[in-house]
Amino acid sequence: MNWIITENNKPVNLQDIPCLDINDLRKEIIEIKKRVVGFFGDKVFDGVKLYVVLADDEEGKLYISSSFFGADKKSYESITKTLPAFHMFEREFFEQYGIEPLGHPWLKPVRDHKKEYPFFEIKGEEIHQVGVGPIHAGVIEPGHFRFMCNGEKVYDLEIRLGYQNRGVEDLFVQNPTNQLAESVCGDSVIAYNLAYSRAMEALAGIQISNRAQLIRLIALEMERAAIHIGDLGAIAGDTAYQMGAAIFGATRTLVINSLLEICGSRFGRGLIRVGGVNFDISQELAENILKTLEKVGDDVKRTTTTMLKSPTVISRLERTGVVSFENAKALGLVGPAGRASGVELDTRFDFPDKWFLDKDDKKFKAAGDVYSRTRIRYKEIMQSLSLIRKFMKMLPDFEGEALYISCTNALASDKFVVSMTEGWRGEVVQTFITDNDGKITRCKIKDPSFNNWYGLAMAVRNNGISDFPLCNKSFNLSYCGNDL
Amino acid sequence: MITNLINLIILLFAPFLVIGVIKKTKAFWAGRKGVSIWQPLWDFVRLMKKDCVISNTTTWIFRLAPLVIFATTLVAGLFVPMINGQPVINMEGGFILFAYILGFGKFFALISAMDTGSSFEGMGASREACFTTIVEPAFFIIMASLIALTGNYTFQSLSMILEKAGVMGILITLLAVLALVVMLLTECCRVPVDDPTTHLELTMIHEVMILDNSGQDLGLITWAAGIKMVILESLIAALLIPMHLIGFWYSALCYVAALFVIAVFVGTLESCIARLRMSHVFEFIFAMSSFALIILSLTAIRIYGN
Repeated sequence: MNWIITENNKPVNLQDIPCLDINDLRKEIIEIKKRVVGFFGDKVFDGVKLYVVLADDEEGKLYISSSFFGADKKSYESITKTLPAFHMFEREFFEQYGIEPLGHPWLKPVRDHKKEYPFFEIKGEEIHQVGVGPIHAGVIEPGHFRFMCNGEKVYDLEIRLGYQNRGVEDLFVQNPTNQLAESVCGDSVIAYNLAYSRAMEALAGIQISNRAQLIRLIALEMERAAIHIGDLGAIAGDTAYQMGAAIFGATRTLVINSLLEICGSRFGRGLIRVGGVNFDISQELAENILKTLEKVGDDVKRTTTTMLKSPTVISRLERTGVVSFENAKALGLVGPAGRASGVELDTRFDFPDKWFLDKDDKKFKAAGDVYSRTRIRYKEIMQSLSLIRKFMKMLPDFEGEALYISCTNALASDKFVVSMTEGWRGEVVQTFITDNDGKITRCKIKDPSFNNWYGLAMAVRNNGISDFPLCNKSFNLSYCGNDL
Repeated sequence: MITNLINLIILLFAPFLVIGVIKKTKAFWAGRKGVSIWQPLWDFVRLMKKDCVISNTTTWIFRLAPLVIFATTLVAGLFVPMINGQPVINMEGGFILFAYILGFGKFFALISAMDTGSSFEGMGASREACFTTIVEPAFFIIMASLIALTGNYTFQSLSMILEKAGVMGILITLLAVLALVVMLLTECCRVPVDDPTTHLELTMIHEVMILDNSGQDLGLITWAAGIKMVILESLIAALLIPMHLIGFWYSALCYVAALFVIAVFVGTLESCIARLRMSHVFEFIFAMSSFALIILSLTAIRIYGN
């Protein structure tokens, strides 16, 4: 047995995880052809343990294995050479534990700003460099973008991040709370808190009520709808299409204000807690929200249709920032950005979940350009709104159930749990390891941005430099989610 | 004399109102209340009260440029027919001086942008220079055609085509209006050529060239940009209204109405279309050249055809 097979949110015993020689593990990873969702180290008393989590999206299973690096073993042969999706994971592992992947083609710092960062350079008479950031003109997070251009055309973009590194993973080890989970990435409050709470409940062995589960999912879908609507507005704004920017901006407010009515925070802070939820949705509130969301659906539908019929808008969006299916697959893109390139991944439907059964099989023409990333957002807004409707209608069936179960049990000891939640940006993966006292000793977070930033760099190649902001908006990746 | 004075006052102060009307129009279509139409004026006053921050990598060019840009734009404005169809300076061949005075100002804008050493501003300068090379020949072809038709060597020939060229004149006027609208959108950096409201340096054209300017310098440059808007609106108004025939009061009324209507038109256009992709902007500006060539052929037919 080279792998232990488990499911989403199903803890396994640490002892049961096979420990292979790194060369065997490398061969296994390459042969088994699964998608990487976790590749990280953990300090054990006399060396470093490398954990690998692969996802089988067809079967809805997770494959976990590990390898051990003793104090004298400081390198291994890089996997990225064969599987580019490991690119960032290996860089991160190298940065955190100093174990070098030999032959890695792009071994640069991920978040560490104390180390030298050698930017890729193209030299030539006609090549000019444009550096943007880390401080930007808008109210956005810091990140440095280095373009190699020939006139208006971008040959290469290199993105340097890490300015926001707050040491979130260590904070989870020191004092894991819902408030901390909510603060990992400010636009995915629900997704992060949900992933964290589910992992904790799995470790503590509690089963929360159906009503609480439904309220959580309603919030998750509202977050998705709200941010996607905001993104549509931002895409319209970047193309100077004023009508879209104005209407989507106003419509997004309706959605986040509904969240405000549920829990007192427009971003859903304080709604979810380990063991359940803090706020109920009364029958009356549910009806009000449904009424609001109906208007939201109408507005989004009408505005998107008008916008995507406008020739000037289409001309900006179509064939801009293309990421081919092959590239998206190889780089391991996830979430809407991946789906827009035809990588059909959605942890809501791929992994067993009794609430998400009817995966939408309607054909989506995935061209991988900004247009597709705009269309997929529209599609997902509509899907989220109908899911919210469905969940709201199910709420009365579970009337009177407890909102939360107070969770006093200690976490199970010596466990390894992987919790995946499909946030609006893609899969949020949180992995926790407990020691024999049931205390968290290692937390590993993977934001979808961690996979997708490189997709943006690929998308911009051979495009006009003036189309970069539009490509960037169409991905809308997180800086702090990546920097942790 | 009094007409000249009034024209001068309009040239100096209409820019703020014209920009204010455009902003108000955009706000209206976006369903917002919008800022007062006087806001551009207050913004200007606020800027003029401020000091300039000047980067120490720049040279005297950067400090001189705002003054040159403002002065050239204002002087160019004196050649443009306004109320009564009368420019403040009315001279034969004035339009050539007009074009090159504006060109001189633009030259300073470009080298001042390059002077900052910023990679953004260099890109903006290269875009702006490229657009100008397309606009300039088209403008001269149009002016030359109109002069050939009317026999008048001043900007007043704009208002005379309708009476001098008969039915053909209507067609030529329409084409010239279209060409000048393209020129206005290009020179004044409006959608679909440029997006005056964006904060994204990589997509800007005019705005990016003045990123380093602040305080009074910025105030002068925005004022100059507004005057340029009024200049181009005046040229369009002169084409449509036979100002010199209808007397002072009517022409004053028509002129002010034209400024307003064109501003509303620009605002509305900006509200319903997106900005073009940079590579398509050139195609859009080339439309002006095509209009110019059609005008030239029609002129040739009119003069030599019979």
